[in-house]
Amino acid sequence: MSLLLEPAEQQIKDEKIYLEMGLTDEEFSLVEKILGRLPNYTELGLFSVMWSEHCSYKNSKPLLMKFPVTGEQVLQGPGEGAGIVDIGDGQAVAFKIESHNHPSAIEPYQGAATGVGGIIRDVFSMGARPIAILNSLRFGELDSPRVRYLFEQVVAGIAGYGNCIGIPTVGGEVQFDRSYEGNPLVNAMCVGLINHDDIQKGQAKGVGNTVMYVGAKTGRDGIHGATFASEELSENSDEKRPAVQVGDPFMEKLLLEACLELIKNDALIGIQDMGAAGLTSSSAEMASKAGSGIEMNLDLVPQRETGMSAYEMMLSESQERMLIVIEKGREKEIQELFHKYDLDAVAVGTVTDDKRLRLVHAGDVVADVPVDALAEDAPVYHKPSTEPAYYREFQAIENTEPEVENMEETLHALLKQPTIASKEWVYDQYDYQVRTNTVVTPGSDAAVLRIRGTEKALAMTTDCNSRYLYLDPETGGKIAVAEAARNIVCSGGRPLAITDCLNFGSPDKPEIFWQMEKSVDGMSEACRTLNSPVIGGNVSLYNETNGTAVYPTPVVGMVGLIEKLEHITTQSFKQAGDAVYLIGDTKTEFGGSELQKLTAGEISGKAPEINLTVELERQQALLTAIQQGLVQSAHDLAEGGLAVALAESAFGSGLGVTAQTEGSVISALFSETQSRFIVSVKPEHEQAFEELTAAKKIGEVTAQPVLKVVHNGTAVIDQPVEKFEESWRGAIPCLLN
Amino acid sequence: MKFAVIVFPGSNCDIDMYHAVKDELGEEVEYVWHDEADLEQFDGILLPGGFSYGDYLRSGSIARFSNVMNEVVKAAEAGKPVLGVCNGFQILLESGLLPGAMLRNQGLKFICRPVELEVVNNETMFTKAYQPNERITVPVAHGEGNYFCDEETLKQLEKNNQIVFRYANDNPNGSLLSIAGITNEKGNVLGMMPHPERAVDKLLGSADGLKLFQSIVKHWRDSHVVTA
Repeated sequence: MSLLLEPAEQQIKDEKIYLEMGLTDEEFSLVEKILGRLPNYTELGLFSVMWSEHCSYKNSKPLLMKFPVTGEQVLQGPGEGAGIVDIGDGQAVAFKIESHNHPSAIEPYQGAATGVGGIIRDVFSMGARPIAILNSLRFGELDSPRVRYLFEQVVAGIAGYGNCIGIPTVGGEVQFDRSYEGNPLVNAMCVGLINHDDIQKGQAKGVGNTVMYVGAKTGRDGIHGATFASEELSENSDEKRPAVQVGDPFMEKLLLEACLELIKNDALIGIQDMGAAGLTSSSAEMASKAGSGIEMNLDLVPQRETGMSAYEMMLSESQERMLIVIEKGREKEIQELFHKYDLDAVAVGTVTDDKRLRLVHAGDVVADVPVDALAEDAPVYHKPSTEPAYYREFQAIENTEPEVENMEETLHALLKQPTIASKEWVYDQYDYQVRTNTVVTPGSDAAVLRIRGTEKALAMTTDCNSRYLYLDPETGGKIAVAEAARNIVCSGGRPLAITDCLNFGSPDKPEIFWQMEKSVDGMSEACRTLNSPVIGGNVSLYNETNGTAVYPTPVVGMVGLIEKLEHITTQSFKQAGDAVYLIGDTKTEFGGSELQKLTAGEISGKAPEINLTVELERQQALLTAIQQGLVQSAHDLAEGGLAVALAESAFGSGLGVTAQTEGSVISALFSETQSRFIVSVKPEHEQAFEELTAAKKIGEVTAQPVLKVVHNGTAVIDQPVEKFEESWRGAIPCLLN
Repeated sequence: MKFAVIVFPGSNCDIDMYHAVKDELGEEVEYVWHDEADLEQFDGILLPGGFSYGDYLRSGSIARFSNVMNEVVKAAEAGKPVLGVCNGFQILLESGLLPGAMLRNQGLKFICRPVELEVVNNETMFTKAYQPNERITVPVAHGEGNYFCDEETLKQLEKNNQIVFRYANDNPNGSLLSIAGITNEKGNVLGMMPHPERAVDKLLGSADGLKLFQSIVKHWRDSHVVTA
């Protein structure tokens, strides 16, 4: 669109053109009041993206305030590109998770790829070297051809970007449920390593300093991406395909190396990714955080298309770009640094003291607005919240067992459920080893990376069981955090902090807002109890298709510190003769369970209960046992309960297991009672292990590779491990062919 | 012995190669940026994996025009050991230092997993530390590792014992005769898709690749260091 075709100020108001950009009548009036005049088309664009939910959190801010965000380990909480936690010896970990749901729903390869690219930039904009990528994916059921297409392309997009840029994709989770049919969730997390001295901030300080644009050129892709991300999907969403960006991982590799060289240069004052809302958000936020202003000449912006308007340049979400502020007079030095990598580095503006974002294009001032109004003063909404009727109904249902006859067949069926089945088909496509630090590769509870040159390692995971959250968002929120922590602890690590990606439906619906509110309450409580504060994250709302919302899915990304390499523990059994212990009692809890879904086709009832104090005690006891060298393998009990966990620990170990259970057989084998672990222990450590934990010995690891469960004296499962492994390994490839 | 790890824009296993040599092998090693024009000071040349120039046109096809490649050719002609792994192998094929070409993996998907290799020829300067037909575990991670060449070339490769590694059981990419690594006729240039530099530390799953690097060093010492 050329400048001439842009509607004039009065026309924007009269024809309510702002509605198309996602601004309400009230918000438009507020803009008018802030400016003391009507905004022009470019200015309207700036406000509409910066005031979108994606950039302003206007609907979720009151909830985000509830999260605990501090702790002695926290060096940087929410508000910058990524949060940072201390790991000792002058080193720290930077990490963040972010959604790319809407783009992936209509253009899955590029949507997923640019989701990965964006989160990597967030991490290296802090000055951190990205060391790992994780993800959390949700799709509809694989019986739909569209879902299979989305699944295959999303995985290919993640692989395509991560493999090329050379950052290992080490872990994550994939779950399938009807509620994600039209609106898949694609959340990507990046973890980086940084020295305390190198921590950067996105600030435009020092009047007269130079604002430089570095990286790829600006095109017309991704215009209004942030706005698109903040509305519901519908049958017409395909028309929004131009709002999806296109990724170039090779370009980002160059940008990454150049930026990591840049942070060692003392000319650098501030750096920020041009992510959502591109040049607009990076310039406005950097100025706002520093209490300064920025003036930019858009004629100087590197462009890959001709005739771009100011509006298009400011709203483009072209990828692989950064905005930096450097000391005045040192532009040449910085240009040379970027030139080595064949990258543009162009001085496009200066830092001013008037707290305004002023844009000049073709000789005219095309925008002149207060930076705080864009970055800070978006209206905040306290949405009404209503407890949904379904919740009351579910709470009234008594816990009962699903009826199944044959335990072996049931276990096979559970292992074939795509949510439980092996994700090898997925992670074989990811280079999970590049940079040669990955000690525990995908498929265990958490991925583990050593920190080169130290005795330490990092454990990392993503988790969220959204079925529990749907049934009971507060309890489910607690479980999501607790399960992530269980995965870290099973790997030998101490949870440090979390990043979260809050994926929900439309906050304009009181029942959805209630889900958000309760989830955040539950997560906050778990974070406090488990001493794992929230150091950053992202909110993705309006995940609805034709009016139906996805399950509430607040994905938790957690990183933990493993103090010594010898503490690294995996879920696999290690040696015949080891005792197998179960930590935690088992109750009849099938609400939202895999077995309930398998037998009833849908979920209902109450989510499993969780007592966070008990959770913490068990996690601490297990971690102490691991650190004392008493544990051979540890695995948390999750979807599918004890039987699935025993099978998973036997897979790939070449060993078998014999376990005894009692009580009701269906509950003993398949209930999803929380805060439980199976742990294998060498015979000589049994006593010490028992003294530390309240574990019950239920069996032993056997040389014969057979999975055997004896219930009240009768063998209810007794088959070669290999048979179960076939079911588990073959399920997803089989569903895709 | 002093190694050069050549870094092209888009190389990403350079760090793995560097640390394998420095930390596990204990030899000298330096990164060499692609526009450097002198490799005289180095005794061994390592072309790491990655996506040079994004592999956008065809894997390795742009990197072969880098300044440094003229120097790599010189080093190869001078008989220095030249090892190309993954993208490095692809670059060696594109530059003509090794015969044949790479196709996309048979399954059309990127594959990352440990594979079992058979050391077919343990007489080369890269494999002397291995036993004849030794089975080793080394990871692969590539999208285009399906080795192909014409029949004439294949005959030559077999006749001259230039096939050094084969996939033992599972051929992950559809390579001709399960070829995983070949040398040039002289035997001083080795290209292979599996990553020996990722298999130098038991902590990360396998140390079977270390002997490859040790073979290079031993060969060099035997021919360069005069014993007292």
